[in-house]
This record gives sequence, C-alpha cells and structure tokens, in this order.
Amino acid sequence: MAKRKLVELAHARSGDKGDLVNIGLIAKKPEDYAILVREVTAERVKQHFEGVCKGAVERFELPNLGALNFLLHEALDGGGTVALKADPQGKTYSTALLRMEIDA
Amino acid sequence: MIRIANGQGFWGDSLQAPVEQIRRGPIDYLTLDYLAEVTMSILQKQRARDPKAGYARDFVELIARVLPDLKDRRIRVIANAGGINPMGCRDAVLEAAARQNIKVKVATVTGDDITDRLDQFLKRGIELKNMDTGEPLSAIQAQVERANVYFGAFPVAEALSQGAEIVITGRVADAALTLAPMIHEFGWKETDWDKLSAGVIAGHAIECGAQVTGGNCQVDWETIPDLADIGYPIVEAEPDGTFCVTKHAGTGGRVTVASVKEQLLYEIGDPTQYITPDCVADFTTVHLDQAGPDRVRFTGIRGRPATNYYKVSASFTAGYKAMGSLVYTWPDAYRKARAADQILRRRLGLLGLRFDAIRTEFLGANACHSIPAGEPSHEIEPHLPEVVLRVGVRSENRAAVERFTREIAPLVLNGPPGVSGLGLGRPRVDEIVAFWPALIPKTEVRPEVAIWPSES
Repeated sequence: MAKRKLVELAHARSGDKGDLVNIGLIAKKPEDYAILVREVTAERVKQHFEGVCKGAVERFELPNLGALNFLLHEALDGGGTVALKADPQGKTYSTALLRMEIDA
Repeated sequence: MIRIANGQGFWGDSLQAPVEQIRRGPIDYLTLDYLAEVTMSILQKQRARDPKAGYARDFVELIARVLPDLKDRRIRVIANAGGINPMGCRDAVLEAAARQNIKVKVATVTGDDITDRLDQFLKRGIELKNMDTGEPLSAIQAQVERANVYFGAFPVAEALSQGAEIVITGRVADAALTLAPMIHEFGWKETDWDKLSAGVIAGHAIECGAQVTGGNCQVDWETIPDLADIGYPIVEAEPDGTFCVTKHAGTGGRVTVASVKEQLLYEIGDPTQYITPDCVADFTTVHLDQAGPDRVRFTGIRGRPATNYYKVSASFTAGYKAMGSLVYTWPDAYRKARAADQILRRRLGLLGLRFDAIRTEFLGANACHSIPAGEPSHEIEPHLPEVVLRVGVRSENRAAVERFTREIAPLVLNGPPGVSGLGLGRPRVDEIVAFWPALIPKTEVRPEVAIWPSES
C-alpha cells in the first residue's frame, strides 16, 4: 500500500447548516468505496480539521452512492452569518478534505 | 410524465436561467427558490422601510417578462418569492399582468409567519428550544426579528388544484416546490411515504439549480461543456415515484451520476433521516443509473411517516461585524501581510477596543483550507507574488466595529511596504443576523391558501 491523496480516489461537496458543515465524500470508482470506508474514519476527519472543527465529527455511510457523509459540528466560527471567515458557508471544506493522505 | 424545472437556486442566481427554462424546451412547471435564511432578514429590513416591500422583486420582473410565454406554453410557476409579504408579491404580479392585459390566476400560501405569535407560544410553554443547543427561545427573545415555519407541499398542491397558474409562497421547505406538482398531478396521498420521499429527493436534486447539471462539479470539471450556457435542471416525474433528472437539449453543462451524487449529498445530515414536513426520506435507498446522455434515473426510493412537528427558523440580531482587506506583494508578501496583522492588532489594543472575535486570514496562502492546508512551505513562501490580508472583527458594540474600519487604510502608508487597498474603500459595518432552528407541533399552525381572482 502506498500513500495517496484522497483527491485521486474521491470527489466531494460541502455545505452548511448553522455552525455545522457537512461534507459528502464520493468514490470516483465504485471499487474504491471500501477504501474510503476503511481509511476515512470520523476520527481521521476530526484530526484533519483539528482547530477548525471544534465539536464532534459524525460519519454516515451511503453504500448505494459509494459515498460517506461527514457532519462537522462547531466548524464554522458560529455559522454562516456570524462567521468572519472568507468561506463562511464551508463551501471549500470539500476540497480541504481531499488533501488528506490515506493508505490505498 | 410531467416535467418540473428549476430556474433559480437562490435569490441572486442567474436572471436568465428561468427564461431559458421556459423557452428552450418543454416543461410543465417552473419552480423558483428565492429564500435562504438570510434572505428573510434582508426582506424584513426592506419592509421596515417600505410596507409594500418584503418579497423577491426579481420574481415580479421575471413574470412581467415571461408571462405571455407562460400562457402560450401553459407552464405553471411555483415560487417562494413571497418572502415575508406574499400578498404584496401577489399584488405586484397581478399589476404586472394587468399592464399587459393578461388574466392570470395567482395563489398564495401563507400562515408560515409566526413572529407575532411567539409571546403567546412561550407563555403556553411551547419553548421553541434551539435544536442545536437546547436553549429555550426566551434566552434571546428581545433580539428576535422574525420567525417562520417551514410548510410542506400539500398546501402548494391545494393551490394548484384550485387552478392557480402562479403559486407564491412564504416559507415552505425547498423541496416542497418540486413535490407539490407531483401530489397534484398524480393524486398522491399524505400517507404515500415512499412516493412523497421520492418527490422530496427530486426536489433536493434540483433545488440548487445548476449545482446538479455540472455547476460546481469536481469530476472532470474542465471538460464540462459550455458552462456559459449551462442548462438548469428538469425532473421528469412518473406517477409511481420514479423520475429522471435532465436538462434541455442544446444547453451546456452535464448531468451524470457523479454530478447528481454531489448534489444529493449537499447539505444533508443523517442520510436515512432526511426530515421534511411531508415525510422522512431515506437517501440510502436511492438507486441511480445513467439512462441516457445528460439523463439520470432515480428508482427505489423509500421513506417513512412525517413527524408531528414543523421546523421553525427564527432570526435574531447578534451584534456587528466588519471585514477589511489589503493586498501585499512580492518580495516577502506573506511576511509583510503577517506583520501588518500584528501591527493592526496592536493598534486596536492600544485604542482599547475589545471584540468578541478577531479573525485573520491570508488569501493566497491558506485562507479557505486553513489548517488542513498548513503554512506555505519555505520553498514557496518567499516567492508568493501576492497575499491578501483579510481581518474581520465581531462585537456587540457597533462603535468598536466602526473604529476598526478606520484602521485598515492607514496601513497602506504607515505599515509594511508593497501594499494596495484593493480599491475597496473603507469596510462596511454589518449587523449580524443569526438563526435559531426550533420545532413546533403541527397542530399550532395552519397553512392558508388563497387564490386571485377568486372563483366566486
């Protein structure tokens, strides 16, 4: 197994709900979904966004779409209208997640 | 089969998209989503200045522009353009139609505005607790600007069954705009949970406009054809709850299983429990297949009974904020920007200004991807051609935020060199409107449907 960046295996989209960001992570090839399930755990995502996501990270599986959905709680500096961020709605958290290195 | 198009993913989306949806191919219904949470507050401010305002004026201009086409092609329109003044929106649409000597039946769906009833609810022990924090609404009651319930699709379907050609709503769930024509056309019942869930998921797929047809799509983005003429989405719905998502032939963009998956995962929580006013949809039951070019078929969707609650969104004022930016150039762009940030913070401290939050970001270095991106490497950093310093502050104290806005421009002359003010002028102070999500028993509120001109 070699280290690979998630961007090689997956695509993603993120959005906001209050102070929460969700990131949908989708395997580009169906056979890679199992790798995402194994490697991209809630703990690893929490670690990846350490200092950004101040609450818990939840993970949900959508095997029918070859996708995982992550909920990052307390991740938007108070939420879309309150946040002082350049990305107050977490739109770019999707590509930020794709920076993660995994064993694949 | 019926064709339901989306021509607007949010207020501020393409003005041309709904026109293209009407003129470039067959559709039966045109849905337009204007209301983000923040939009309601903007509309509230507009109505405070003008009692006839408080709705999406873009919608009235659109209808004035396309009404003859709508009539010719027998297309019915469903829009949440009513905002906080659906009756005002209706009047404006009827006036626009009268100016063209066109008769049109316009319905409103109202009853979602519970702003004036909050006191009464709280007195009766309906606490409207924040769904995220558990706090009762009474904690911020003095700051509340307004509160609206999200209604479902059935009142909109009722408006259609009364013959409305244009349905104007206040707050309804986004997906309800798409589900309503299916209920109306196919006679779906309030207990058809699987079919209702299919309609909700169809609505979710198209409610953000071109975000499902190749816009903001990461897969092979550079090869997506003609984004300048991107086609907005169309649902081709069948009575059994299956449907396809597609777009008009000859338009740009791309509808693939991959583009659809991205949109399905947009702004959802637990995928097995997508709670709407009409049902609880299960996104893990969706089966997708590429049924043809730019055509994705959805089958297998299952759902469960609706809950006994409507969602409420209350908005409340939460202080002030301002953001200022300066751009620093090579050499040492990043170091200069960081130095300027330190100088600015020191000055704010010397002025005795206190903020609830100060945030600094360096655009061009690591602003959006922040910590996951890390610091620019030692090889790259000295060579960055430019870095934008962006500083934001937040405070209950408007004067402190105002004072902050005066401290940005001076840095061009009295701070690190090689800097420009981006031509932006002094930063604007914004009042912050925050949102309070809560639940209310469905028995407490009732949607009202009215139609003009009325039949009698």
